[in-house]
Amino acid sequence: MKNSKSNVQPDVLHEESNIFNARLQRRSFLQYAGAGAAGIALIAAGCKKERRNEMMPGGVTLDFKDDFGVLNYAYALEQLEAAFYIQVASNPPSTFSPAEKAYFQDIQFHEIAHREFFKKALGNAAISGLEVNFSSINFTDSSSVLGAAKAFEDLGVAAYNGAGVRIKSDVYLTLAGQIVSVEARHAAYIRDLISNGSFADLTSLKDLGASDANGLDGALSPDKVLAIAGKYIKTKINVINL
Amino acid sequence: MNIVNIIEEIEKVDGEIYERLSPRRTAMKDFFNFGKKISLAALPLAMGSMFKKAYGQTTPSGVADVLNFALALEYLEYHYYNHALVAAPTLVPAGAPTAAITTIRNHELAHVNLLKGALGASARAEITYAMTDFTAGGTFPLVYSDYLTFLKVALGFEDTGVRAYKGQATALKGNAVLTTALQIHAVEARHASHIRQMLAANGASGLKPWISLGPGGIANDTGVGAVDAVYVRENNDVQAGITITGIATGITKAAAVESFDETLSKAEVVGIANLFLRTGFKL
Repeated sequence: MKNSKSNVQPDVLHEESNIFNARLQRRSFLQYAGAGAAGIALIAAGCKKERRNEMMPGGVTLDFKDDFGVLNYAYALEQLEAAFYIQVASNPPSTFSPAEKAYFQDIQFHEIAHREFFKKALGNAAISGLEVNFSSINFTDSSSVLGAAKAFEDLGVAAYNGAGVRIKSDVYLTLAGQIVSVEARHAAYIRDLISNGSFADLTSLKDLGASDANGLDGALSPDKVLAIAGKYIKTKINVINL
Repeated sequence: MNIVNIIEEIEKVDGEIYERLSPRRTAMKDFFNFGKKISLAALPLAMGSMFKKAYGQTTPSGVADVLNFALALEYLEYHYYNHALVAAPTLVPAGAPTAAITTIRNHELAHVNLLKGALGASARAEITYAMTDFTAGGTFPLVYSDYLTFLKVALGFEDTGVRAYKGQATALKGNAVLTTALQIHAVEARHASHIRQMLAANGASGLKPWISLGPGGIANDTGVGAVDAVYVRENNDVQAGITITGIATGITKAAAVESFDETLSKAEVVGIANLFLRTGFKL
């Protein structure tokens, strides 16, 4: 897409390269960073050069050339999950037990926390809010709701597992790990509600990259995850530099 | 902390520090991105990461170390469950509970075999059941005779496993092995979730499938004081400098804590694992 490459980004990269071209300048940066309160100015300076996600007329763009792309990808999936659980938690199927209602409330808050975390971490680089399409889910029917929840959680686990290797920063790699295990806990709980003991039925997760023989959960590349999740997302998602 | 001093100290022993940093321009760029996105509190962490990149510390031997560390944990977990199924057949009730413990035992054995195969000649020596002590020197004397004690210790193993793999992720960064480690990590989390549900079904009231805030705000939500070391920092609600509590309506401290699992360092995990290994066989 012709306008998927922001004009801002090459300039930012150029600027950053220049900063480190001369030894003296590099050194003054380090001293600057070390000067205690000056760190605040460092962050403020960083904010001025914030990358922006260009709004595509036809949707949003996930540019996987750097960690922003991976974080926005996670942000997109968390938006989807949060939207689903908000709808379930606010109007659960009538057959849900009090414990199920309480745990779906919990999961709703976890997904909202993940969504808001990414939104805040990405700042101006965040993609816009996605429009969802849950027309295939019957929110009054518990088996439809549980089936969708299982699909979201198992896919979420495979998505984080598959994206981890693309993450370049230690902080965000660890954070992805901190989130994916919570998604796996959700997945196990929901699977047990559907059929007790199916919490880690890896054979059933084969299409998501799992292996029962090796005791491995799913792991899928972003394009495959988005192809599956696309059914629930109205907004067009463009993927570049994958 | 004074970063200027640290740089200057390094320069004394390594005059080429700036040159080392220079060709790793991506490391510096990453560092800059950090600065934009995370708080001052996390800056030292980002600096550490920059140095790591400058010195290119993640070596193949580092990867083997991580895999051997994981292998030791998998041996422990495997023997823990296997002994219950083989030597204490009345401990775990027949039906769904035995099926679940068998599933988990089989996964741990699969992990042992996978890691052993990946390491080949570099694999550590086998840990046998005889080298273990699952009473932890008498802390859990009923571990193989009381079902609830058995489940509580099992949960300690699973939540430790989840935190241990997570803590080693950065040592495998960018390596294909990372994906495998993450795939194991998620399976351990599924196990932990199920054992939490088994405990809840057997009277451990309030124990959720996910790690929540303990009573009075403590990190350990299991009510088993002897496993406090497994849950250190699990009451943290600040991620990459962003406070999660109150980040949106309804996000209480408990919800914030539940939303993110925390890491354990290698030293912390070794400390826990050694409780279950006999003298002479400790990590």
